[in-house]
Amino acid sequence: MTDKLSKDPAATPAGSGPSGTPYEAIKAVPVRHYGRWVSGVVVVALLGWLVYAFSQGNIIWATVGDKLFDPSVLSGLWKTVLISVSAMALGLVLGIVFAVMRLSKNPVTGAVSWLYIWFFRGTPVYVQLLVWFNLALIFEYINLGPIYKDETSQVLTPFMVALLGLGLNEGAYMAEIVRAGIQSVDEGQTEAAHALGMSQTKTMRRIVLPQAMRVIVPPTGNEFINMLKTSSLVSAVQYTELLRASSNIGSTAGAVMEMLFVASIWYLALTSVFSVGQYYLERRFARGSTRNLPPTPWQRVKTNLTTFKRSPEASA
Amino acid sequence: MTGELMVKAEGVHKSYGAAHILRGIDLEVRSGEVFCLVGPSGSGKSTFLRCINHLERIDGGRLSVDGQLVGYRQKGDKLYELKDSEVAAQRRDIGMVFQRFNLFPHMTALANVMEAPIQVKGESKAVARERAERLLDRVGLSDRMGNYPSQLSGGQQQRVAIARALAMEPKLMLFDEPTSALDPELVGDVLDVMRDLAESGMTMIVVTHEMGFAREVGDSLVFMDGGVVVESGHPRDVLTNPQHDRTKAFLSKVL
Repeated sequence: MTDKLSKDPAATPAGSGPSGTPYEAIKAVPVRHYGRWVSGVVVVALLGWLVYAFSQGNIIWATVGDKLFDPSVLSGLWKTVLISVSAMALGLVLGIVFAVMRLSKNPVTGAVSWLYIWFFRGTPVYVQLLVWFNLALIFEYINLGPIYKDETSQVLTPFMVALLGLGLNEGAYMAEIVRAGIQSVDEGQTEAAHALGMSQTKTMRRIVLPQAMRVIVPPTGNEFINMLKTSSLVSAVQYTELLRASSNIGSTAGAVMEMLFVASIWYLALTSVFSVGQYYLERRFARGSTRNLPPTPWQRVKTNLTTFKRSPEASA
Repeated sequence: MTGELMVKAEGVHKSYGAAHILRGIDLEVRSGEVFCLVGPSGSGKSTFLRCINHLERIDGGRLSVDGQLVGYRQKGDKLYELKDSEVAAQRRDIGMVFQRFNLFPHMTALANVMEAPIQVKGESKAVARERAERLLDRVGLSDRMGNYPSQLSGGQQQRVAIARALAMEPKLMLFDEPTSALDPELVGDVLDVMRDLAESGMTMIVVTHEMGFAREVGDSLVFMDGGVVVESGHPRDVLTNPQHDRTKAFLSKVL
């Protein structure tokens, strides 16, 4: 294989240094870590006891399996993904806009951005959702002159309420994350781009933001995984997402705990899938910042397989 | 060697708050000339260089490049500040090489050189690529085009930075201590590229501590201290036979 990774000194067989000169490996009696054995046994015992307690509790585990792929649960799952992705997308766009506003030389946009972040970070997202839900109490109609007019309650469907509530709240957090990312990029980068005759906008889009992404992506992944779970709050505004769909079944079928487990399994599955996505996204934006990108798990498996196959001849 | 006037500074002043960095700089750089700026750190030579492409705004005097005021437009006896887009247009014709290279780390060497012609001039990828390859070959890095800056040595990075500036086909090149951040054994490669560039007739203003380069390649040399021009002339004359005490004191330390 012509894989670069195989040149890693750690991959060279034992008994020869990176330069290839052979040496005799030290053979010594290792220290015995009795404490590790004891603490390991204790932890495993506690874990076993916990699993046993759940298995013996008043829970019908068969129900969990039966209802895992219930159509209404799956529909709730889809709605959770839909609202989380849309709210995150809205939050990301708002975050970039408000971060750029905050950093602009115009004091008015800077102050407005500060106010937005102050308000939406300063009040609970649950309260914000309820405010959007009850907005018709303040604005009975949404009236955009000749373009559009409708009753507020018609426009603010459960989905719209959930989207605005979660998205605007997320925007405030994303604004701070994006701002930190932009400020992490060395000033020399902006100077170099300006010296080449690039405009402010081009400099931001082509030079600063791509580099800021390296700092922005990890906390954004965190935010998204938070969002998947926070989205369970929107059951309060009549949006039937995963938790609401599951507990609906649970209360009618008298299987409250069972359905909460069903929901938990799906939340765990979602966060696992998106964590993998985050890993690859981070890898993409790490281009150029590390000399060699870390291998993906798949590449690691491939390398291990090839070195395993080659090892007999290599040590010969 | 002495063509028409490329840069003209008349009584240029620059302050940062209370710190008065440039205190009336007068000098002229002619087309095709290699113009060296030397002096102790804090003398204002880098600041002056950055004023030439308006990375810094001057507070007093007049500074023009190729007959155009930098950063301002004159109508009658009134000065108008240029818009950001007009400043950007002025900078297109002035290349700059930084002490810390400032390559774009998320792009390969080739992409670094292609970026500005595509984004600023709207050139096609093929044309930009062809020129970028030629320029990287000229600075001796034809085998390094696909590497990211972090995979290059300091000297290689600086040569990519020179190629990146040349890709905009500037009429004037500014060098801000281009070899100061390099390991001693890498300085030579960068100076060779600059020497080659000087021989091709490029107008260059070089802030440097490399007195050997100044003497060998330079056409004029200015010694700055405390924000003013102390002494100027042909590099050989100023470096071997300095007239001013401050020049003598400085040269005795660096030569």
